[in-house]
Parts: sequence; C-alpha cells; structure tokens
Amino acid sequence: MLKMIHGKVDSSGAAMPVTEAAFPVPFPSQLEYNSPAHGTWNIVHIGMLIPGAHQIYVCTGNCNRGVVLTAAEMNASHRFSTITVKEDNILEGDMEDLIIDGVTDILEKLPEKPPAVILFPSCVHRFMGCDIPMVYRVLRSRYPEIHFVEGYMDCILQKAGITPDQRLRRELYSCLEKRPLDRKSVNIIGSTMKIDPDCELVELTEAAGCCLKQITACSTFDEYLSMSESYLNLSLLPIGKMPADVLKERLGMKHLYLPQCFGYEEITDCLNTLADELEVPRIRADERIRDCEKALEKAKQIIGQTPIAIDYTAIPRPLGLARLLLEHGFHVIRIYADSFISEEEQDFQWLCEHAPQLMIYATIHVKMRVLPRKYDEKVLAVGQKAAYFTGTPYFVNMVEGGGLYGFSGICRMAELMTEAYLHEKNTENLIIRKGLGCESCI
Amino acid sequence: MKQIARIISTYTADVSGVCSALYELGGMVVMHDPSGCNSTYNTHDEPRWYDMDSLIFISGLAEIDAIMGNDEKLIDDVVTAAGQLSPAFIGLARTPVPMLNGTDFDAIASVITKRTGIPAFYFPTSGTHSYVAGAGMALEKIADYYAKGPEKGEKAHSSGVNLLGVTPLDFSVNSTVDSMKDFLKDNGFELISCFAMGSSLADLEKAGQAGVNLVVSSVGLPAARVLREKFGTPYVVGTPVGPFAKVIAEDMKQAAETGENIFSCRKRPVAEEAEIAVIGEAVTSASLAAAISMSRDRTVKVICPLEADHMLFVQGDEQAAYEDEQENLLKNMPAIIADPMYRPICPEDAAFYELPHEAFSGRIFRRKIPDLVKILDY
Repeated sequence: MLKMIHGKVDSSGAAMPVTEAAFPVPFPSQLEYNSPAHGTWNIVHIGMLIPGAHQIYVCTGNCNRGVVLTAAEMNASHRFSTITVKEDNILEGDMEDLIIDGVTDILEKLPEKPPAVILFPSCVHRFMGCDIPMVYRVLRSRYPEIHFVEGYMDCILQKAGITPDQRLRRELYSCLEKRPLDRKSVNIIGSTMKIDPDCELVELTEAAGCCLKQITACSTFDEYLSMSESYLNLSLLPIGKMPADVLKERLGMKHLYLPQCFGYEEITDCLNTLADELEVPRIRADERIRDCEKALEKAKQIIGQTPIAIDYTAIPRPLGLARLLLEHGFHVIRIYADSFISEEEQDFQWLCEHAPQLMIYATIHVKMRVLPRKYDEKVLAVGQKAAYFTGTPYFVNMVEGGGLYGFSGICRMAELMTEAYLHEKNTENLIIRKGLGCESCI
Repeated sequence: MKQIARIISTYTADVSGVCSALYELGGMVVMHDPSGCNSTYNTHDEPRWYDMDSLIFISGLAEIDAIMGNDEKLIDDVVTAAGQLSPAFIGLARTPVPMLNGTDFDAIASVITKRTGIPAFYFPTSGTHSYVAGAGMALEKIADYYAKGPEKGEKAHSSGVNLLGVTPLDFSVNSTVDSMKDFLKDNGFELISCFAMGSSLADLEKAGQAGVNLVVSSVGLPAARVLREKFGTPYVVGTPVGPFAKVIAEDMKQAAETGENIFSCRKRPVAEEAEIAVIGEAVTSASLAAAISMSRDRTVKVICPLEADHMLFVQGDEQAAYEDEQENLLKNMPAIIADPMYRPICPEDAAFYELPHEAFSGRIFRRKIPDLVKILDY
C-alpha cells in the first residue's frame, strides 16, 4: 500500500497548462526523482543487440551494480563482466593497467572468445584523464580477431554532449566494415524496436526488391556484419541520426531521416522520399489516410471521452500523438515529459492554440514522488510513466515507438489504445521490468 | 586477477546503503550524482520503492558544475526541494565524481542547515565500498544525533531492546523482521526501536532507553558502538536464526545484567576443514553457521565478501571480496550455501543450497528469500 508520509503538496512547479510551458524545456533542472517505470532500454540492453558481443564495465561498485543486474535480469550474465574500480586505483594512477589486465583476464577465462567486446569505462576515467585510446591500442594488438567497441558509461554527460545512450547507438555499428554497397540492401539504424512488418516502410522496400536489415533482427554476428553491404540507411528517431551520419561518412552509405511521426502530411513526405529513392511507385496516401480515419473513429466509438495521458517514453513525439488524437475528438488531458524534441515545436504551438487546457507534467520533479498517483475516473494511458503517475491499469505498454511507423502505425496505435482501454493490465508487474521486449526473469 | 567479476554479481554499494537505512525515517536523501545511482538504487536495491514513498533523489550533477565547482546549484536545489517537501532531515551521499573533485560536503551541509533550519548530514560514501559501510554510517549518524536516554529520574528499560542493522538489503521485505520482533517478545524483551524498518524517527529517538541492543547485521555495529558510548548500553551481535536464537536470548540477558558486549555469532565450532561454506554478510552468515552446527552437527565456515569487523569471525572463516579468491576457496567445498548468483563459480559436484540475498541478486530471487529466523524450519 502506498504510504504518504509527507502530507499533501500542491502540483505547482511540477505541472502546468501547455500554454504556460516553455518549449522545449518546461521544467528547470533541479533534484530528480526516478519513477519505478523501467521499460526503456539502457546501455546494457542496447549493447546486447550486437550478436555474441561481450560487455565489460569498468566502474565503481555502485555503477557496476545497476548494469550487472540488468544483464542478469535479461538472462545474459554469460555475456557480461565487470572490473571494479577501487579508491586505490584512483589515487595510484594505475587505471590503464587495471583495464588492460582486467579485460585480458576476463577474455582468457571465457569459454570462447567473443567476436566483439564492448568496453565501458566510466565518469571517473573521464575525470582522471585516463588514456583510453592507449587502452584500446593495446587490447586491439593483443586480440586482433576481436572487435573492440568503444562504449562509455559517463552519465555525467547526460545533460550535455553525447550521452552514453547516444554514443552506444553510434558505436553499435562500428564493427561494420567497408564492403561493396548493394542497391538491394537497406538498413534501419539507431532503433531498438523491431519495425512493424506491416508498415509502409517495409512495403516500399519490399516493392523495390530490397532486403531490409535491422540490428534488432540479427541473430548472428555475420548477419550483423552483412549490414555493411547496404547502400542506404534509414534513421527513424532523432537519436538514430548521428549513427547514420557516421556510417555515411565512414562507409559511404546514403542516409535518409524519416521520423516516426503522427501528421498525415509529414508521413506522406517521408514515404514519398523513400519511394523516390528506391524508384518505386509512391504509396496512395489518400487511401491510407482513409484507413487511419476509420481506425481512429472505431477507437473513439469505444474509448469515447475517457481521459488520456501520454508519456515521452512511449513514443518519440507525444505532442504529435496528442494533436492527432485531439483533432479526432479524443480527450487528451495530460502529457508526461520533462522536455521535448525540437521537431515537436509545431505541434506544441498547435496545442497551445487549440488545447490550452492540456496539462504538461514532469516525470522527474521531486513533487512527482508525493503527488497522488491516481485520477478520479478511468484513465487510458499511452506509456508506462503515464500509467504509473495516473495509477491506471489501462495502458498501452510501449517504449520508443514500439516499432510502429507511418499510416499503419496510426492504425495500430488506435487498435492498441482500444485493447488497452478494454483490458486491464497488472501495471506494477509490467512496468518495473527493465528493457521492454527483452527477456525478464523477475 | 582481483577486482574482476567474469560472471558473478556486485554487492549493493555504500551510496544505496545510506538510502536504504534512512528510507523510512522521513528525511530527504540526495545522492550527489549525475544519474545512474538513483536508478540502480530504486530498481535493484530498494524493494519498497513502488509502494512506500520516501524522499530519495539525485542531484543530476552535470559535468560543467563538477568541473567549475558549482556547489551553489546543489545547495539551491536541495533548499528548494526541502522547502517544498519539509523533510525531517537532509542526508547528502557522495558518489565517485564528487569524491574525485574533493567537493566540500561538510560546508555544503552546514550552509543547507543554515538556510533551511533542517539538520543536514553528510555521508562520505564513494561508491567504492559496500552497503555495509554506507548503511552503517547512516544508522550511526541517526543514533548519534537523535538517540536520547531516559529523562531525568527515569531508568532505562532493562528489558528494552533496539534491533540494529535492519534493512531490506539483508532481510528483504518478507516476514524476517517480524520474526525477529517475535523472538524478542517471546523471550521477554520489549522492542524500543528497529534501526530502521518499521520504526519512526520518534521511535529511534528513544533508543537510549534500551537495556541492551541486538546487532543483527554488520550494518548495525557502528550504531551499537555509538549507543554504547553515549548511554553505556551493551550490545549482543547475532541474528536469531533457528536454534541459535536461544543462545542470543541468553546472551542478551547476560549483557543487560553485566553490561558487557557479547559477540554471540562467534559461539560456534572453529572449522578449518569445514563441510559447509556459507557465503554472505558476516553476522547473518555466522549466525546461520552457528545454527546449522547446533542443529545438524555439521562444521560450517563463513566466507564473507563484504567489509566486516574481525571480531565477527572465528578461525577458519575467510574474507574474500573478489571472484577469483572466492572460486579458489570454494573449489574443494562439498556443500555451499549462497546466493544463486554464486552458482557459476561453485564446483559442479558441490551440493548447492540457494540463499538469495537482496544485496547481491537484487529483486531476481526475491520471492525465494526465506524468513531467516525460520530458515531451518523449512
């Protein structure tokens, strides 16, 4: 049972109408609360996407603890090792030796050598000026058959520079090598969710006779390496842009950024861009829009005026989804997000103008710890954090867009919302599990 | 090589230990850390996070503030949050980067107290030690700052007891804590407070009224020493596991009478060539070893991977923090009692008895964590 030990607090500072919210950061940076909704992927989950790769973290005990148990909970302890940094290592300056000797010791103890090792130094190495490039030089010369992937668990860059998540999504493709590029091979880059096989993006690549490759679908290291042959990379999330740009520069692959979005016009533009690139007929957007309208209408007949809350972990564009739903007569009442991506500015302006009563709630503000986590009537949530903060068992359990895309993504979202509305879920049991879509042994 | 874990887990660190120990006391604890400590703590170290509110936060330390020594941001943010949430006290836990740059937490705590009027404590954690150190220093501070003795004219309750060193990291959230309280009641003792599950800060303030303290894990030892120094209260060290509870009850009566501390968990046979090894926290493991020796007539040694006072061990016990040392010590053991995450480094032919430990495997085996007091009844 929830035990409120600190009495009542008001929501000022932790929530505000959209019209009073600053874009793209509505809330000041202060102390942070972390809710128990853990479905989003962390660097351990992402690193496991390289088939057969072994991850080694070099951190103090408190940092190692979180990652080692992430791996254990996804039944992947056999692909995971740690090197513990102690105070002596910090004082005595033997950090490089600790890493080199530690990695060597681990590799010699593994039953067989992995094709790739992802090494994660941490904040202390950055602050100490540890010679990480030298560490990699030595390890690469010692184990030339192993690809060393340069991870970094430097959470101190979470608010500026390249975050550990961004860096790893970039480095995830660093084993790809220069190969002749194949016009019949296309990659999706930077996403952790498998793309919905029924979406128009798959339809277009199939129409062009292309093989669509994604790291999330690779089961062997060779299969992963075959992504080196694709002439075209598609990134669907803002976080996927950098890795695709790096591949463009390093391997000469073409890059198209086709964002997951909810506006008919933008979706049409993205699909037309891809169709033109692949030299196949464009999709009849008017027909697909009619499908979306039907799907949304069908969902609305069931969901009616039930209050809806959406959070930023479910989909990259919560404001875009809110706009789509409000335009179709749904009753969206809350967005849970601590900041927005710049691509959402137009939707933000639209919401300010057309839905001034819409509330923006923080997720990490300290008051979110003690504000009541319930709503007076049935709420439909899209996302785990929205479900947690509204205390609803009716929610779409999704992170990072769930692999939905395009017009079919809108239809599927309407179906998922309907299913969520009709069937209760065990919210606690689902949202406390790390890395939605990964194995979970808890 | 030391400091390597090829496959086994990592124990909860000192930063989480502070949070765990102070969780139920109505304070606000701030980990001065960029990000990871908070998620690690509330996901893997804190079984109460979903159902019981507590003001545990991170500062969200940014690189620029760490480099420029911008402590004002931390101070302002803590003062703002304290104004919004009115905590009973404020705890500041250090993490690796603030340790590296020598952040002056004593000064920061002092400024925060001045600005808020709320007691602020600094815990010199670093993320490089285990929860035993962190939770230990947190309970020590509470005992030192808050515990009061009997009022003038009042006497200590000779049968009054504080349970010291109680966190979910060692005892999870099953019936173990209640069983320890039942043990006290069944043996004629009265619980004054439990440091720190199921007791309020007001309960802990009465700690000086106890006639004897019972230290049930290494975490409680620093607080026991403070209470001894402040009020002269003797302490007994041991967890009331199975038949060993009788020994502890007798020792508590004796300690209350004589004023002498007793390390009950040492009352077990010396076991150089033991038949069974128990891996885990020193006091609970030693107590389990004693209980097994008493009830099953087997020789048992303790392998402790955590910080522990040498007074907790007998000849034959070992301290081994790292995987290779542990693997070496285990290689000829016929039987092993340990967290399931130790299984991969145990000999295949050894009998392995699972004893999940929240501080090692987190929530993975939580449903299988037994009531430690009744473990030999199963």
